Amino acid sequence: MTMLSERQQMSYIAAQAADARLNVELETEGMTLNIGPQHPATHGTLRIIARLDGEQVVWAEPSAGYMHRGYEKLTEVRTFPQVTALINRIDWLGSFANEVPFILAAEQLMNIEAPPRAQHIRTILFELSRIANVSLFLGDLGVQMGAVTPVFMAFRDREYVLNLIEGATGGRFHPNFDRIGGLKDDLPKGWLDETRQVMKKLRNFCDEIEDLLFGNEIFQSRTRGIGVIPADVARQYGLSGANLRASGVDWDLRRDQSLPLAYDKVDFRVWTHPDGDSWARCWIRLQEVREATKIVDQLIETLPPGPVMTKVPRIIKVPEGEAWVSTENPLGEMGYYVVSKGDLGPFRVKIRSASFNNISITPWVLKGVYVPDIITILASLYFILGDIDR
Amino acid sequence: MAQLSDTDTDESTPVVDELRDEIVARLRADLGDAVVDVHQVPQVDLWVRVTPESWRAAGEALRAQGFDYFCFLSAMDWMPSPFGDGENDPTEEVEEDPAASEIRQGYTGGDTRFQMLARVTDTRRHVSVTLKADLPQHDDGAMSIESWIPVYAGANWHERETHEMFGISFDGHPDLRNMYLPGDFEGYPLRKDFPLLARLVKPWPGIVDVEPMPASDDDEGDDS
Amino acid sequence: MMSIALEIPYWGQSLLRVLGGIGAVLLPAGTIVYLFLFKMMSFMQSRLGPMEAGPFGSMQLLAEVGKWLQKEDIIPENADAKIYKLAPVIVLVSTFLLVVVVPFGPDALFTNFSAGVFYALAIGSVSVIGILVAGWSSANKYSLLGGLRAAGQLIAYELPMVLAVVGVVIQAGSMNLQQIVVAQNSGSIFGWDGVGFPFVLTQFVGFLIFMIAVQAELTQVPFDMPIAESELVSGYMTEYSGFRFLIFFIGEFATAGVFAFIASVLFLGGWGIPFSWFGWESLDAVDGWMNIVGPVIMLTKMLVLTGIIMWVRFSYPRFREDQLQRFAWKVLIPLSLANIAVTAILKVAI
Repeated sequence: MTMLSERQQMSYIAAQAADARLNVELETEGMTLNIGPQHPATHGTLRIIARLDGEQVVWAEPSAGYMHRGYEKLTEVRTFPQVTALINRIDWLGSFANEVPFILAAEQLMNIEAPPRAQHIRTILFELSRIANVSLFLGDLGVQMGAVTPVFMAFRDREYVLNLIEGATGGRFHPNFDRIGGLKDDLPKGWLDETRQVMKKLRNFCDEIEDLLFGNEIFQSRTRGIGVIPADVARQYGLSGANLRASGVDWDLRRDQSLPLAYDKVDFRVWTHPDGDSWARCWIRLQEVREATKIVDQLIETLPPGPVMTKVPRIIKVPEGEAWVSTENPLGEMGYYVVSKGDLGPFRVKIRSASFNNISITPWVLKGVYVPDIITILASLYFILGDIDR
Repeated sequence: MAQLSDTDTDESTPVVDELRDEIVARLRADLGDAVVDVHQVPQVDLWVRVTPESWRAAGEALRAQGFDYFCFLSAMDWMPSPFGDGENDPTEEVEEDPAASEIRQGYTGGDTRFQMLARVTDTRRHVSVTLKADLPQHDDGAMSIESWIPVYAGANWHERETHEMFGISFDGHPDLRNMYLPGDFEGYPLRKDFPLLARLVKPWPGIVDVEPMPASDDDEGDDS
Repeated sequence: MMSIALEIPYWGQSLLRVLGGIGAVLLPAGTIVYLFLFKMMSFMQSRLGPMEAGPFGSMQLLAEVGKWLQKEDIIPENADAKIYKLAPVIVLVSTFLLVVVVPFGPDALFTNFSAGVFYALAIGSVSVIGILVAGWSSANKYSLLGGLRAAGQLIAYELPMVLAVVGVVIQAGSMNLQQIVVAQNSGSIFGWDGVGFPFVLTQFVGFLIFMIAVQAELTQVPFDMPIAESELVSGYMTEYSGFRFLIFFIGEFATAGVFAFIASVLFLGGWGIPFSWFGWESLDAVDGWMNIVGPVIMLTKMLVLTGIIMWVRFSYPRFREDQLQRFAWKVLIPLSLANIAVTAILKVAI
């Protein structure tokens, strides 16, 4: 418990004290509350079983699995190009971002690399899916705390991004656009100009949300000092993405690993926050949308000419080997451990999804909080159910 | 990005990777003979196989080195699927190929059908290690290994998932309930001998895609 | 003053009052729902809102009512059926009882209690019983939590509301709502009587506290913990469906309208226009046409106030239960006590 700010320490001590008090005063009869699997606050079917003492949570345990689709098993009976159609549906709000690490892993095994233009476009689409994903989070944040307006603004402006994704890939939600060795197609005419405009709109959206939601005292009092996760705990649980950076860990896979993506050609800031509370997690995500729009702007300016597909055999057989590739997806670190035996399809794919780890910390962090805080903490941890259950 | 190589070539590649070499050296110093095998793709990734007895000790040693970010924990079933790979029409008779059912472990080798697989990261040095361990089966087919929860609290759910999917029990895990499947579910879905029924009863329409195309100008590569 | 009342027999007066009461409750409720819930909210959220039923969707509310009436009236198996059925009625009846004291004109009033303020504040908290009962009898944990939250919250905010009104009572020197209206419209500011003397000018702290407390009484965001759709599904209303839900729904918006009426009577001069404009000396001198104009003025003021209530509702996130209690007991109540003290001192001094 070193390196904690004073606020973190206070919150931690308070949680411990609540815990101890509950253990002593258990004469009152508690109540077990099921939140979900069908409940307005769980976007999907996550079920939280909470043992309550009044409005305070004695312990809470999430119960996942209502949407388990067995993708790890299904990948074993599909060819490499077919797998992208499946993994599109893991984190359905940022679908394109799911495809990239898998394709990169396959490319790593085949020892090929996509041409620079394809890498650029991949990065652009990757960041667009981040914007599409996280902007919805920013709107949804309000709904979780009773403010209905932000979510409509989020849907309004996210629509522009989805249109862009649709324009480039043909699919709004599940593009299935990434191919081993490059991309299916080049960008359509006029797409870049439109993207520039949309990025401006999205920056305005961020400003609006910051004014409307983040500047609100009630929002701050609902999130500041709530659900504090210290850095060492966050790392132990494998929290990733904004959740990890909100605990003060300066770790971003876009910057800290070298993959054949165009992140080394752009200038962006990785934001961290020392507090580790719900506020920090939300704030980091807001900044990340802003950074993503800047990344997209820079990449549009430096988009190199050339082909978008390298020469690959028509029937793709991936050589024997094992590869791990993970990227900084909207939800956090999304990685695939791909084992190939030289066949048409992978021998085994271990899907490491961000939300699975991010949500596994909930029993720890929900101890001693109040019922309304369950919702805000879950909202700030930000999960997509498909990303937990896979 | 460094060019990749499939072969186990620490010597033949000119790329040196002092960071990963040092990690391996420290691990060997900590664990001694428990480090069975090491596979390294310089500048890219590192695989280490340890003995099953030292599974937790290896985790602790890595944690002490600074690998405090827990990435994932899972297992591997190296037995080739007795039901084929889904690329053939299941209604057709397939001639038995003894080589096809031979168990071949991947990087860092191994002796058992099942292997543990875990990955941890050092967020300060920006390096990760994939850890493996053999999983010897007892006479009744059961397998067990020490739980990693004392080392990485986040291993809790991953071990539950692995238990559910592979039937591996973790000594010291407080609560190995099923995460996804009903409590009375029989079988371990991610084992290769667990049939994917939907695929067995009906040929997958996607099979059409993998049939060899008529001759084309493209280089067919390593396709045979 | 006397003209209308004398010509109509007693049963006619009663009928008029009943119809007027229903109108005074349902008309504001419908207006608020259409104007604010459907249209202003949509405008704020960059959408159009209902557009199909009637011109600009103005018949949407009727369509909604029709839909709710058709729906099955589901009563949970373990629910305490009698109380469960009674709960929404309690809530709606408290609204009707509340509107009874509100004066809409010199003669356009239902009853003229001498302690109207006292009555209004007392009846205003009856709806708590309905909500608590609804939460308890639903046999649902969300409902129970919602009901208990509502009870805690409404009691906590009853107090600042009462205390905020005390300042007005001190200034007007009466607890009769009609007298409060007259006091505001016949008053003058340092001898200038161009706008009368609405109490909001001196009692702005009281007005603010009153409006916050109203927001909490109505369980509107940011004080909507009893409903808290993201936590408690729908709070005490979770199990209600069909026309019982409709009654709750009407009750919610009708109460918003009635509380806005009361706020405009207490702080904004009620139905009146400054008496000096037409040289009226007292209530008896007010012309009969004010019985027509007065309700319109009231409706306008009510719409402004409910507009503010709804505006806050659409843009604010909600408090947590303990933060809400802290806000009531540590901020609002001390503030309103200070307001009373200052008002009393000034009243005596001037």
